[in-house]
Formats: sequence, structure tokens, C-alpha cells
Amino acid sequence: MAASGLIFVLFVLLHMYGNLKAFGGEHAFNTYAHHLRTFGEPMLPYGGLLWIVRAVLIVSLVVHVATAATLWKRARRARRVRYAVKKNTGATWASLLMRWGGVTLLLFIIWHLLNFTIGKINVTGGPTDNPYRLLVDTFDTWWLTLIYLVAMAMLGAHLHHGVWSACQTLGLTSNARARRRAKAFGLVLALVITIGFSLVPIFTVFGVISY
Amino acid sequence: MNLTLKIWRQPDPVSEGALATYQVEDISEDMSFLEMLDVLNERLNSEGEEPIAFDSDCREGICGMCGLMINGDAHGPLRTTTCQLHMRTFKDGETITIEPWRSTAFPVLKDLCVDRRAFDRIIQQGGYVSVNTGAAPDAHAMPVPKAQADRAFDTATCIGCGACVASCPNGSASLFLGAKITHLGELPQGQAERDTRVVKMVAQHDHEGFGGCTNIGECAAACPKEIPLDVISQLNKDLRTAVRHGY
Amino acid sequence: MTKPKILDSDFWGRNDAAEYFDLGDGIADEKAPPGPLDKKWETREFEARIANPANRRRLSIIVVGTGLAGASAAATLGEAGYVVKSFCYQDSPRRAHSIAAQGGINAAKNYKGDGDSVFRLFYDTIKGGDYRSRESNVYRLAEVSRNIIDQCVAQGVPFAREYGGLLDNRSFGGVQVSRTFYARGQTGQQLLLGAYQALERQVAAGTVKTYSRHEMLELIVVDGRARGIIVRDLVSGEIETYFADVVVLASGGYGNVFFLSTNAMGSNVTASWRAHRKGAYMANPCFTQIHPTCIPVTGTHQSKLTLMSESLRNDGRIWVPKDAADADKDPREIPEEDRDYYLERIYPAFGNLVPRDIASRQAKNVCDEGRGVGPEVDGVRRGVYLDFADAMERLGRKAIEEKYGNLFDMYAQITGEDPYQVPMRIYPAVHYVMGGLWVDYDLQSTIPGLFVTGEANFSDHGANRLGASALMQGLADGYFVLSNTIRDYLADGPFEKIDEDHPAVVEAQQSVQSRVDRFLSVNGTRSVDSYHRELGNIMWEYCGMERTEDGLKKAIDLIRGLRDDFWRNVRVLGTAESLNQSLERAGRVADFLELGELMCIDALHRRESCGGHFRAESQTEDGEALRDDDHYAYVAAWEWKGLDVGEKPVLHKEDLVYENIELKQRSYK
Ligand SMILES: Cc1cc2nc3c(=O)[nH]c(=O)nc-3n(C[C@H](O)[C@H](O)[C@H](O)COP(=O)(O)OP(=O)(O)OC[C@H]3O[C@@H](n4cnc5c(N)ncnc54)[C@H](O)[C@@H]3O)c2cc1C
Ligand code: HEM
Ligand code: HEM
Ligand code: SF4
Ligand code: F3S
Ligand code: FES
Repeated sequence: MAASGLIFVLFVLLHMYGNLKAFGGEHAFNTYAHHLRTFGEPMLPYGGLLWIVRAVLIVSLVVHVATAATLWKRARRARRVRYAVKKNTGATWASLLMRWGGVTLLLFIIWHLLNFTIGKINVTGGPTDNPYRLLVDTFDTWWLTLIYLVAMAMLGAHLHHGVWSACQTLGLTSNARARRRAKAFGLVLALVITIGFSLVPIFTVFGVISY
Repeated sequence: MNLTLKIWRQPDPVSEGALATYQVEDISEDMSFLEMLDVLNERLNSEGEEPIAFDSDCREGICGMCGLMINGDAHGPLRTTTCQLHMRTFKDGETITIEPWRSTAFPVLKDLCVDRRAFDRIIQQGGYVSVNTGAAPDAHAMPVPKAQADRAFDTATCIGCGACVASCPNGSASLFLGAKITHLGELPQGQAERDTRVVKMVAQHDHEGFGGCTNIGECAAACPKEIPLDVISQLNKDLRTAVRHGY
Repeated sequence: MTKPKILDSDFWGRNDAAEYFDLGDGIADEKAPPGPLDKKWETREFEARIANPANRRRLSIIVVGTGLAGASAAATLGEAGYVVKSFCYQDSPRRAHSIAAQGGINAAKNYKGDGDSVFRLFYDTIKGGDYRSRESNVYRLAEVSRNIIDQCVAQGVPFAREYGGLLDNRSFGGVQVSRTFYARGQTGQQLLLGAYQALERQVAAGTVKTYSRHEMLELIVVDGRARGIIVRDLVSGEIETYFADVVVLASGGYGNVFFLSTNAMGSNVTASWRAHRKGAYMANPCFTQIHPTCIPVTGTHQSKLTLMSESLRNDGRIWVPKDAADADKDPREIPEEDRDYYLERIYPAFGNLVPRDIASRQAKNVCDEGRGVGPEVDGVRRGVYLDFADAMERLGRKAIEEKYGNLFDMYAQITGEDPYQVPMRIYPAVHYVMGGLWVDYDLQSTIPGLFVTGEANFSDHGANRLGASALMQGLADGYFVLSNTIRDYLADGPFEKIDEDHPAVVEAQQSVQSRVDRFLSVNGTRSVDSYHRELGNIMWEYCGMERTEDGLKKAIDLIRGLRDDFWRNVRVLGTAESLNQSLERAGRVADFLELGELMCIDALHRRESCGGHFRAESQTEDGEALRDDDHYAYVAAWEWKGLDVGEKPVLHKEDLVYENIELKQRSYK
């Protein structure tokens, strides 16, 4: 769980960095998209690195979802009779949102891939072979932007708890100081990623990013 | 003060239970929560209704026998055991819902009593140092640095009450488990069996049907002995080390 | 010894209790080998026969109780290879009442180099017990005390340590050396968890089987030997029978006969009392220790009393207003000259650190004079101030917080008052019983095959126990003594197998069943608790801190009346076939109602004051306890004869012979 989660974290960090290239305009972004695919050539075939990344991501996804499902099932079995009244005093809302947040993220990723990679769906009917234009067209559509922003908030929450949780699971936080640090780190990382990802859709809506 | 109580009544382990409502009057602020229940029971007895079964023994916060879910908080709103909770914590006219610990590994025996023997079985899988009586070297033969001794003590104070399990959304006993692993793991005496201990105890924990920990932290917030979440990390660390060592 | 003048010149030699008992033959311990004191245990260990290791798997032992005495015994016997069954009434062995002990455990390690030794611990214990304990047992206790610490440390018990990593000690209970090992304020808990873990280890190894939520209700005696017990499974209600070659009772103390005490709610005398009724003598039942620093009673709802560690008396000053009219004033507004620091006044040398019984009795005296403080319960204020204002000024609040923080928090939680601002209120409460089943040097009772350890036996503390010595005794008995003495008995085993339909077994089963049925069928009007509370009041009033001939006689009448009423008017609802806590309590209270009477008879017959037993008639001119060694230097071992008219307990005296210590009158002035 922790390992696959952390792989995701690495990926989204890089991915966010890539997305931010959108601020550089159409050329910069498309060059970057192209570069992704030619990286390592001729050692790797066209798109080679991307496929390695994709493989790692798919494996991580399977592991991540499978362990999540196991934990969920175990938890349901561990308490068959629910409380009539139950308060939460130690939990953050983020930690309680992990599972439904995860499901949301899964749905998001499916849509997201249809949107940008597999399906290349351009709801405005614009071009689908120009990554930059696809992106701009997408976020010019208010409800798509909203979906993305909600998903990013979910991702933020997932990471806020997930990062600290992974540190704890990996046994890195066996004293009070390390624990406080990991919690702070989780929060910062969550904020950076959520805000970082949200910039592109928001600025597109406001027309800063356009073509 | 006067209160409305909603209390879980269940005649035996197999029957269905339900919340029943009772009124209690003239409760003094100085009463402990359990004394308030004693007063109710005394009345029920005189009215011919069977008193409510609940566990307690020391009533001093140390034996770990008591434990109720009070208005959704394990051991009630304060960071203490149920027996050390006093009625001045509540307001006149309040409604209080009282439920047993809910955990598949802690089956309800009757009303508010649950069976926590799963904890004993976890300890059986290595929650000890294997030293036979009479085989011990002089107590001063092995100094223990104070910092380690203190941490061992902090974690050894677990009273085995089960509030961590009761409050954990996953029904995990990781805090209880981590406390014992850390206590023995901090001491030189506990080193020889450190790897096998953690592997076997975790296996038994899972086998008993406790949930997995996802680091939510309800347990540490409910723990009357303030066992910190660090012990769960320590548990994971020890488990990883043991796996690396081939266990 | 020259006798000081006493108030009642006609007192000596009279027998207050003559009509209540018969005198039987003397009794003596026959197991302690002759020879010098410091060789006795070594000799006994060597002479006690060893059961053949191959045979041990065929020898079975029942241990009732999983406190320090029981858990340590069961673990050790399991390690030795016997087949052990361990019983407790709680849901886990780890919850036995020993868990509540706070202060510490004594051991003659002399790690501080302050002149401690086995002999000094022995001497202090005998003196502390006011010369009413057996020399041979106490010396052995002091000897093995050292091994206890080694054993516990090896198990991982986290005793307090100094910065150098070595074990810390403190002085406790007014002795001059620092010999008390401790684990913050939770020593009993840590020691018990050590023993519990050792026990669970044996469970995993298959040598011990534990039966929690099982209560022993009867002892099975066949052909004069203890051969098993009858228990009730407290969950299913099933009455079950277990056989063994030997039975060990480690069922703790019976302080709950007073209803309010510092004992756990479930602490009871049933196991011991049932054995007593089957022929085990009960020794010195009236010797009760009353602890001076407990949180006072707040009202009639009170279910138990909470002990505040005795260490508080090291820095706190005890006082009450000089004038009863000041009782409900804010204590901070009572000027210095209107306060009576009565312990410092009466005992200038020891001041607030006088022994437990003295501090307790003086608190009672000032409250009886009407100078008590705190809320009125039944018309009397029962509390005295324990004031830290001076200490806080002298050492600073921080130092006090460091030393006593957790105790202050506990006090604040229970009383809702902040002890840093307002002086604490304390009052004495029943805490420990020195009396218990009579045992010889081997810890064997008067029933062959029935051994008794820990607080359940009478053995080592005489008329008063030193602080931090009960834990020591429980573990000494369980880890080191019993395993060495029981083997001598078991060397003759395994004994003949017993059938479930042996008449003695059937009789025992039927008596348990009929008692249970009777509780449920009386269907009167009063709850079990109300009887318990009333019995407690009688005991506390007449057999508590101060006892008189008239009071005790009155108490005996009252108890008899109450017992009679109990059996005709108690109401126990629910069924026998399920978890039924009222039914559990009914059994315990029924036995307390019989024990209470014997305690009063014992107190009545002992016309001297010694240790925790203060007979108002036997005091010096300035109100100190006055022993009568000429007439009472013996252990009173009582034999059960029945409760019907004309049936009286029989007293067997075990004379106490002091060869190594000279008897002295205590003085703390
Ligand atoms: C608040 C408090 C503080 C104390 N502090 C100290 C201290 O600092 N130092 C010190 O030396 N001593 C102290 N003492 C005294 C000491 O704790 C006890 O004397 C000692 O722990 C008794 O141990 P035990 O093993 O004999 O019995 P217990 O620990 O009382 O165990 C009794 C066992 O018997 C079982 N049992 C009882 N009846 C039955 C039955 N009918 N059927 C089945 N099982 C039964 C119980 O389940 C339990 O397992 C303190 C006592 C109290 C109350
Ligand atoms: C594919 C959809 C996803 C699902 C269904 C999902 C679900 C979960 C679940 C159920 C948990 C367990 C924690 C708990 O139950 O409280 C979890 C933990 C975690 N997730 Fe996800 N998640 C998903 C995607 C992601 C992504 C995209 C990231 C990172 C960018 C991520 C990072 C993490 C991390 C770091 C953890 C903590 C691991 C640990 O506790 O050891 N997850 N996830
Ligand atoms: C607002 C935020 C986001 C934007 C604008 C965005 C944009 C894009 C774009 C443009 C692509 C196509 C890149 C290409 O094929 O060249 C892409 C691919 C992808 N994105 Fe995002 N993305 C966002 C958030 C996320 C998040 C949060 C995740 C994961 C949880 C994610 C996971 C992926 C994945 C897995 C791919 C496919 C990569 C591949 O294998 O080709 N994206 N994204
Ligand atoms: S860890 Fe805390 S909550 Fe859990 S059993 Fe121990 S004391 Fe109770
Ligand atoms: S609440 Fe449960 S999820 Fe883990 S941190 Fe505590 S055991
Ligand atoms: S009754 Fe012992 S901890 Fe509450």
C-alpha cells in the first residue's frame, strides 16, 4: 500500500511539473509531450520510457486497489455491528475520507485517461491530436474544470493523510518528533500538489492559458 | 442531576440486542459513571427488572476491566477509563447513549460485557521474555539507559482495556500490539526474541479478526494511558526488520 | 517486660469472648527444619523431595487466582512440567487485583549500600508486624526477596532506573533504608504483567490452561486431601468440576468485608471461606490494615475507595482546624494558629510519617471530636487536610508536580478540586488483611494438599504489614517458595483418580447448586449490595480502627441478624444459566456475612492492641497501642464448626517463639 502510494506521489509530482509547462504556451507544452515520448531514443523505442512508467503505474494501481480492498473488507468484518453513536476525536477528516476518496480518484483517473490519453475526448469538438489545445478546450468547459478541481481536492485530502500514513506504515515515525514532521510533510505535499495541479485549469478558465 | 440513558441490552451472546431507554434522577456530580449505573441497577432490581451487566473491578483506572462506549467516545469524553469518569463531566438533562465495545474479536457476552480473551491469545504468541524462574542473572548485571527504560515504561502502561479497538474505525488492535512490541523491544532483555515476537503476534492479531491499521489515530486519542501512535510505527519497523531477517 | 499502666486495671487475663468460641489444642508448624535461622530454607529446599520429571506430566495442580501469588506460581509450576489449571473471576488473568498496587516492592538488595541486609529486612518486618509473625517464614521472605528483583528484571519489568542505567530505590513506609523498587506509581501493574506474561508463555507451551471468568465456589476434599474444586463458569452459568493432585489458593484478601475498601470490586473471601468450611483453619482474621491516605467518602453512593500513595506524607502536612466551627471554612482562610497539625504535635519525632495504623487512628479521633473537614456524610465530616502549601513554597510547584503530578491529577479527577490550590482531603480506608488461611512453613494449610499463597494466607506480616511488602510476599510465595515445597507433597503422587460420582464430589456439587438455586428463589425485597453495605457499616464501626468489647459483641449480634435477614429477604433476579452479576455478588456477600462474625470473635478474644488491631481497652495512658505478649504472643487459628445454635468456632493457638529478635514495645514518640 505504502510503496504503491509513494510511487503515485512521485508520479504526480513529475506530472504536475509537466502540466505547469502549459504556462509556457502551446509550443513549450507540446514539445514537452513529444519529448516524453522520444526520451531515451534510440536506446528505447518511441514512447519507451512512457511505457515503462505506464507499466509501473499499472502494477502500482493494481497493488494499491487490491490492498485497499482487502483493508476495507477486513475492517468491515472486524466490526459487524455498528455503533448507534460514534464520535471521532483523534481522526482527521482526511483519514476518514481515504476509501471513498480513493474510489473518487479511481473514477477520476478513468475519466482522465479517456479524456487525455486513451480516448482523447474533446467535448468542444476541437482537435484531439494537439495536447495543448485539447487541454485548453477541456478547461474552457466549466463543468469539466469543476470535476478536475473536485478531484484535485480529493487528491489533496488523500495525500494529506496518505503521506503521513505511508511514513507510519514504513516505520519511519517511531517517535513524537518524527511523527509531527511526517504530518507536516504530508500536509505541505498535499497542498503543493493540489494547488500545483489546480493552477492550470483555473488559469485556463480565466483565459490566462489559451491559444 | 437528571439524565436519560440509552443502554444496550442483550441477554446473551447469540440473541439480538437493542437500546433501551431509562431515566435516572438525583445523580450527584461526585458519582463516578459506574456508580451512576450502580444506582440505576439498584432501582431496576427493586422494580423487578434484571440489572444491567457491565464489567469493572479495580474502579481505579488500572485493571482495564471497565470499558463502555459513551456517547460515541470509548471511555467517554475524557482521556480516562470509564471507572474514573465522573458525572460532573455531564450536563443536567443530557441523553447518554451507552454501548458495549463493538468488535468481532470482542463478542458481546451480555449487555455491556464483552469477551477480550483475544488479547491474551495475542500475548501468548510472544508477548513475554522467555526466562524460567530462577534462571535470572543479578538485576544489576544489565544496565538499561534511562531513555530506553522510560520509553519501555511508557508503553508498558497499557491496561489491555480494548478502547483502542473499540474506537478504531477499522477495529484494529494495533495500538495494543504496538505497545507490547515497543515495551519489550526497548529493553535488552527483549532482544533475543524481537523478530519472532513481532511476526507471531501480528499473525495472531490478524487471525483473531482485528482490522488492519490505516493510521487513523482514533485509538491513541481514546487510550486512557496515552499510548502514542509511535508504537504502531515501531511495530511496522520491527516487522519490516524481521522480514528482512528472513522471518 | 514491665507492663505500662493501663486504663482498665481489671483487663488482663479476662476473656471477653468466652461464650463465642471453644478452645482447642495448640497447633504448630512442623515443616520448618530445626537449626539456625539462616540455614532453614536451604535445608528445606534440599530435604523437600523432588517429583520425578517424567512423572510431572501426570501430576496436576489447580491454582485459584492469577494475582502476583497465583500467576507466578502457575507459571513456575508450568515451567517445571506439571499440568496446571489456573482460574480467575476476571475476564483475563492480567486484571487480578495485584495490578492496583502503586508504591513498590521491597527487597534486601542493598544496592544503595545503606546498610540493608536480609537480617534487617527480616527485623523490620517482624517489628512492623508488632511481633505477631513467625520468624522462620519472615526470614525466608527476606532471603528470597533478592531473587524476585532479578527474576522480574529478566522478564522485562521496567523498574525505575537512574541515569547510569541501574535500578533506583526509594525508602517507603517509614523504614530507614532505601530498599523499595518501584515502577512509577504502577509497580503492582508492572510486576503482575511480568507474571501474567510468564503465565501466557506457559499457556502457549501447553503446560498451563487458563479459565477466566470462572469462580471457585467449593473445595473438594476426598479422604482428607484437597483434590479439586467446583467452579461456576460466569458466562454460561455452568457448574463445573475440576480435579487435581493438589490445590493452590491464591485468591487474595477479603478487605471487601467492609464493603468500602481500596480493594477491587470483586475481591472476595469465597475461595478461602469455602476451604475454611472444609477444614482449613483461618488465622488472625481480625488483623486488618487501614491505610491513612485515601480519598474520603463523598456520599452514600460510594462504591469503593481510592488510595493515594503513602509517599504523599513525605511532603504533605496533615491538619484539621482547632475549632470544629471552622470545619466548613475555606481552609486557606484558616490562619496558622487555628490549625492543629496533630501528628506533628503528638509525635514530634516522626510527625506525619508515623506508621499507617497510628496515622489512621488519629485521623479517626479528630473526626470523632467533630473537627473533620469536607462534606458531611451521615452527619459526620470524615476527612483531614493534607496540605502541600509549605512544600510548594519550599521546593516550588514544579518540584511537587514532578514528584506527585499523577497523584494530584488523579485526586483532581475524582474530587473535582485542584490540590495545587486547595489542600487535599484524606481519610483512612481498609486496605489489606494480614489474616488469612493458616499455613505452615511449606505454605500448606491444615487440609493436606491445599496450599495457600499471597494475601490469602496469614503467613508473614503479623499484626501489621510494612508498605511494599505484600508484593514481595506474593511473588516470593509464587516464584520461589511454593514450587520448592509443593514438590515434596507431590512426590507421593499422582494420587488415586477420583470419580465424578464419588460421594464427596456429589455432595460438593449439590451444595453449590442448591446455594445458587436458593439465592434465586428467595425473591425478597433487598438487593445484595444493600446487605453488603450494611455489613460494611457494622464492620467499620465496630471492627475497624478501634475495637471495644461492647462494640464487638454488638456487632456479632447485628451480623447474625443481618445474615438471617439476608437469607430470607434478598432479591436476586435473572437466571443461573447466564452471566448474572447479582448472583455472583450474592455468593460473595453470603460468605462475608459468615466471615464478619469470625473477625469480630477474633477481635473480641484478642484482648490486647497490636499492629492494626487496636482494642480501646488496651492502651497506654497517652493512648498508644499496648501489646500483651504474656497472653497473646500467638497466632489464633480458627476451626469451623458450623453456624447453628451451639456450634462455635474452635481456637487453636500457635505460640510464637522469638529466638533471634527481642520483643519490644513500639514507640514513635
Ligand atoms: C490500592 C492498593 C495498593 C497497594 N499497594 C501496594 C504496594 O505498593 N506494595 C505492596 O507490597 N502491596 C500493595 N498492596 C497490597 C497488594 O497489592 C496485595 O496484597 C497483593 O497484590 C495481593 O496479591 P495476591 O496475588 O495474593 O491476590 P490478588 O492480586 O488479589 O489476586 C486474587 C486472584 O484470585 C482470583 N480469585 C479470587 N477469588 C476467586 C474465586 N472465588 N474463584 C476464582 N478466582 C478467584 C482473582 O480473580 C485474582 O486473580 C496494595 C493494595 C491495594 C488495594
Ligand atoms: C486509484 C485510485 C486510488 C484508490 C482506490 C486509493 C485508495 C486508497 C486506500 C483505500 C488507501 C488506504 C488508506 C485507508 O484506507 O485509509 C490508500 C492509501 C494511500 N494512497 Fe491511495 N488510492 C488511490 C489513488 C492514490 C493516488 C493517485 C495516490 C498518490 C498520488 C495515492 C496515495 C496513497 C498513499 C500515499 C496512501 C497511504 C499508504 C499507507 O498508508 O501506507 N493513492 N489509497
Ligand atoms: C488538473 C490536473 C491534471 C491535468 C491538467 C492533467 C493533464 C494530463 C495530460 C495533458 C495528459 C496527457 C499527457 C500526454 O499523453 O502527453 C495526462 C496524462 C495522464 N495523467 Fe494527468 N492531468 C492532471 C491530473 C492528473 C492526476 C491527479 C493524475 C493521477 C492521479 C493524473 C494521471 C495521469 C495519467 C496516469 C496519465 C497518462 C500518462 C500516460 O501513460 O500517458 N493526472 N494528464
Ligand atoms: S493501548 Fe490503550 S486503549 Fe489500547 S488496550 Fe492498551 S490502554 Fe487500552
Ligand atoms: S485508530 Fe485504527 S487505523 Fe490504526 S492508528 Fe489507530 S489502529
Ligand atoms: S475498573 Fe479497573 S480500569 Fe476501570
